[in-house]
Amino acid sequence: MSRWQHIIPSGLVALTGIWICWVSYTQQPAQAFLFPRLISTVFVALALWTFAKALLGWSRAGDGISRRIIVNILPGLIVLLIYVFWAAKALGFYTASAIVFFILLSIYDPNPHSEVRSWIKRVIITVGFVVIMYGLFAQVLNVFTPKEALFQ
Amino acid sequence: MEFIGYFDEVFQPISFMLLLIGTIGGLILGATPGLSPTMAVALLIPFTFQLEPAQGLILLGAAYTSTVAGGAVSAILLKIPGAPANIATTLDGHTMATQGRGAEALQLSFISSAIGGVFGVMLLIFLTPALSKWALAFGPSHLFWLAILGVTVIGTLDSNSVVKGLLSGCIGMWLATIGFDDIMGAQRFIFHPELSGGINIIPALIGLFAIPQVLTMFAQGRKAADAEVLKVQRHPIGAAIRETFRRSRSLTIGTGIGAFIGLIPGVGGQIAGLVAYDQAKKFSPDRKKFGTGHSEGVIAAESANNAMVGPSLVPLLTLSVPGSPTAAVLLGGLLIHGIFPGSDLFDNHPDVAWTFINSMLIGQILMCIFGLYVAGFAARVAQVPQSVMAAIVLGLAVFGSYSVQNSMGDVYVMAALGVGMYFLERFGFVAAPLVLGLILGPIAEANFIQGAMIADATTGRLPYFFSGMLNLTLIFIVVASVVYSVWMEIRQRKLDRKDKEAHA
Repeated sequence: MSRWQHIIPSGLVALTGIWICWVSYTQQPAQAFLFPRLISTVFVALALWTFAKALLGWSRAGDGISRRIIVNILPGLIVLLIYVFWAAKALGFYTASAIVFFILLSIYDPNPHSEVRSWIKRVIITVGFVVIMYGLFAQVLNVFTPKEALFQ
Repeated sequence: MEFIGYFDEVFQPISFMLLLIGTIGGLILGATPGLSPTMAVALLIPFTFQLEPAQGLILLGAAYTSTVAGGAVSAILLKIPGAPANIATTLDGHTMATQGRGAEALQLSFISSAIGGVFGVMLLIFLTPALSKWALAFGPSHLFWLAILGVTVIGTLDSNSVVKGLLSGCIGMWLATIGFDDIMGAQRFIFHPELSGGINIIPALIGLFAIPQVLTMFAQGRKAADAEVLKVQRHPIGAAIRETFRRSRSLTIGTGIGAFIGLIPGVGGQIAGLVAYDQAKKFSPDRKKFGTGHSEGVIAAESANNAMVGPSLVPLLTLSVPGSPTAAVLLGGLLIHGIFPGSDLFDNHPDVAWTFINSMLIGQILMCIFGLYVAGFAARVAQVPQSVMAAIVLGLAVFGSYSVQNSMGDVYVMAALGVGMYFLERFGFVAAPLVLGLILGPIAEANFIQGAMIADATTGRLPYFFSGMLNLTLIFIVVASVVYSVWMEIRQRKLDRKDKEAHA
């Protein structure tokens, strides 16, 4: 794991700590920021220590992120972010979940893409999942989710 | 003996049904690699909203108990520990299974889990009321230090880097301050409108435990489940019971060590099994047989894992300080029902407290009975491809966090914290102290402000927070845990260096 893999995240954490500390010591009323001041002081001290260790090449903890991990994770992460921050609200929870579930299975399922059987299996699993989620959340727990794009 | 009067509550139809669902579901979830007990309990919390507090806790408690035991199934039959707590079980358990003694290993595992678990819950029953009365003597300064202690101990003992562990705790405590201040009503760190109400604990817990796991499964790519489920031959249960009691030395060592480790906040079950296995090996005349499919290895590891469960809840139920990440999730489950642990729980809601504890006792026995029957099915579930598992966990995380307050903001917070935690974990930060910081932050702040007000009117802040036997004891433990962990980290680094030099 390269030194930069420690320097960048610990630098970001240190910057966050400095921002928190600055806000805590400059915002009013002071009484409301008494505890954040205490926490942020310790936060900054530890974050700068971690950053210094990273700069000096003394950081050991963590496995870092390899190219293989990035390649594997990226499609799923993009789908996850679109699902959470757009699709769930825009398309409705059940429609979005069905689409996302099927896409994730298509991307990560080890079964061959050339076999019709694999695709049928993926569709069946997706439908089964959505039916169970609908039964649990809409029927049993009475959770009112955003309006569905494809059905009422 | 107050607890005896509440046993009938556990046998009410709905309560007992929930206990069964929690136990069987927990065994299956526990056997699934990647689904840790903490994550399983966090994902179950939204299902408890519409239940009575005691019923909700029965479900969560049963799931906690049986996920710990269920992890042994995949450890024995697939050589993949269902949870880190079951690592020691694979050493002898899987070897027994390859020798055609899988059924025996599973039986020994569930019987010793049940014995250890019952002992642990009995400890919880007898220690908790006494300690909760003692907790009444705690003032704001003590509760403040206790909250700091909870974060520090877990931050230092549960991570590979002491500084990053403590820093994770600080991040959690800062996240807890986001929103409106309770006393002055001032806005703090509200950099997005969705955060004006602060960070809700349940979506945060779901995100911090479930999303990193989903991304870890994604990181494996299109990987087929390569572990093969070993066939299990029939084995008489009577012989397994006799074997367990014949190995009473290992059973006692496992149960004793598990219960003791469970009582220490932050240490948790991950090391209980390994420490018990190691000690049982040292004290056994057959120590050379360990690792070759020896029954003592399974008995010591599994009795320790479940003996830890009950005592790990003692600090939570008495002092409101969750001693482990799973206990922190259970605290979230209590708080959403408006119940605050400590003496309030036993004085004002004894029915909830005792029904929950009694259900854990009955749950241990049910877990033993059903474990033997569910094991084969659970091992097959453990073979479900990671892609399916990741998609299911993601769906449950989104629906579960939304259902807390029917708010998309909670879903955004869940996802943002989860994705952030995954990347932080890759660089050595840990979720457990962050979660404890998030949960104990408000407790620490409320007592810090209250203590500061008392101190300003009396002795001054420094003497108030830094004097008195109890304050000094708590500060000593905080410092000692940090010093001990730093020493261990330096020692480990030296050993690694020597190891590297030897291989060079």
